[in-house]
Amino acid sequence: MSEAYNPTELLICIAARLMEDGTTAFIGTGIPMLAASLAQKMHAPNLVPIFEFGGTGGSLEDLPRAVGEARTFYRAVAASGICDIMETAQRGFIEYGFLGGAQIDPYGNLNSTVIGDHDRPKVRLPGSGGANDVGSFCWRTIAIMRHDRRRFVPRVDFITTPGYLTGPGAREAAGLPPGTGPYRVVSNLALMGFDEASKRMMLLALNPGVTLEEVIENTGFELIIPDEVGRNGPPTAEELRVLREEVDPHRLYI
Amino acid sequence: MNVIASGVGELIQPPDMDAFREWNRRKSKALVDKRMSEQEAIARFVHDGDYVGTELYGTVRAPMSLCRELIRQGKKDLRLAGQGVMELDLIIAAGLVKKLDFTYIGLEVYGVSNALRRAVESGQIEQVVEWSNGGITWRFKAASMGVPFIPVRAMLGTDTFKYSAAKAVECPFTGETVCLLPALILDVGIIHVHRADKYGNAQIDGISGFAFEMSRACKRLIISTEQIVPDEEIRRTPDRTIIPYYLVDAVVEAPFGSYPGEMCYLYERDEEGIKEWVEASSTAEGAQAYLDKYVYGVKNHQEYLELVGQERLDYVRSIVKGR
Repeated sequence: MSEAYNPTELLICIAARLMEDGTTAFIGTGIPMLAASLAQKMHAPNLVPIFEFGGTGGSLEDLPRAVGEARTFYRAVAASGICDIMETAQRGFIEYGFLGGAQIDPYGNLNSTVIGDHDRPKVRLPGSGGANDVGSFCWRTIAIMRHDRRRFVPRVDFITTPGYLTGPGAREAAGLPPGTGPYRVVSNLALMGFDEASKRMMLLALNPGVTLEEVIENTGFELIIPDEVGRNGPPTAEELRVLREEVDPHRLYI
Repeated sequence: MNVIASGVGELIQPPDMDAFREWNRRKSKALVDKRMSEQEAIARFVHDGDYVGTELYGTVRAPMSLCRELIRQGKKDLRLAGQGVMELDLIIAAGLVKKLDFTYIGLEVYGVSNALRRAVESGQIEQVVEWSNGGITWRFKAASMGVPFIPVRAMLGTDTFKYSAAKAVECPFTGETVCLLPALILDVGIIHVHRADKYGNAQIDGISGFAFEMSRACKRLIISTEQIVPDEEIRRTPDRTIIPYYLVDAVVEAPFGSYPGEMCYLYERDEEGIKEWVEASSTAEGAQAYLDKYVYGVKNHQEYLELVGQERLDYVRSIVKGR
């Protein structure tokens, strides 16, 4: 029933399934754009994608390649500016925020600033961009990551974007809006959530063909493994058709 | 106010709101023709050591022609509001930047900027102070409001805060912890728009990014525009004006001024043109060769467009999807 697919296609399909119809979602460059476009064409025609420089509620018929370009506000309900969008998020209007990064830790803190010391970095990365704002304000943030020990680390080199910081209560103590924080982590190996009590990352479901051992081996910290671990279904033939023929026909990403 | 925590980053451009008021009072409100060449605009209004900001972001409505001219003239020791992609990448690759207030400099879908990596990892850029995109825009907003800081709920609890020049304080009204961002007043702002009249009244189509806030947070403002339109057209559609003339010091006509980036409803970005920089900039030598060809090797924007060729320009115009 399922045809061959590549890891990027799987990531996009699993992220898209998390996008709910009728909700607002803060969308960044890359896989979140493809996932939002796929979700709109599949199960969530009324998904409201929000882009940081002003596009609100557009129709992602053509894939944007940058967060400010015209495709982010094609047939949109509004084309405003970054203050409006960030303030909308700060007021609590945006449910989901999709993020990526070079590193993630057990509390969902993300690093996209530097590898090594800040003032003498080994690798200077592109910086926060809107990620810190998204991770501070959106009710539920979803990180999309490739899964290996270099990326899933016990401590990120630099907390660019807040997850649960040092654990329960830390976000609120720092002054971040209560009730916000990491919700899911989508990787090429598995889907993860966060344990309610400890705020630490917890395995929810394995991707098709992936073993529990593989996930543990590729995670640089102790992942909470519940008694029942689910299994994500592979991309369906229809998801793959829409993704390949409509979402990214020029194969910019997939 | 009880200060709970302070970022360790340098406040690269400390705000002086009274001096800004005095500056704005002295700025001419006369309706005069401010049209000039990009050479004249950059030579007159940008100085070595200035604090400079550009708008918009990515490869969208980026003031590429003015930034190429700034590089051509070798304006150096610049301090930059680092929220950009290709225009800032070129300036950094040319070795003109001393200090950076940093939010994002990268190549978006093409990943990390190698020009930035070389400049920061070697220590050529002396200071890098972190902010979020919302953070730096709100710093412009504070300046545009004429107040020395603005409270927000971002950046708290993170290393982005720790390496910024922000402060966390106890709100005197609610007792909550809030993040205070210092106003950011630019020496020079550079913004590309869809249309402007000769006085500098400027209109933007599509999203306005942070043009509204940044244009009001500048001591000097250089506008480049796809098209100079009669004053009458502005007066017929004043609701479309984002930047009124009295903020503006220079108006430069620059068709395809954002190329190889895009200008919504006029032309799309040229993927091949962008990839050329992405590939060239992977090495210092490649970046230099690119600058030699497209910046130092041409006298002005007109020559640049001739080098690019009509075929590319027609192509990027032909693929616009429209509204």
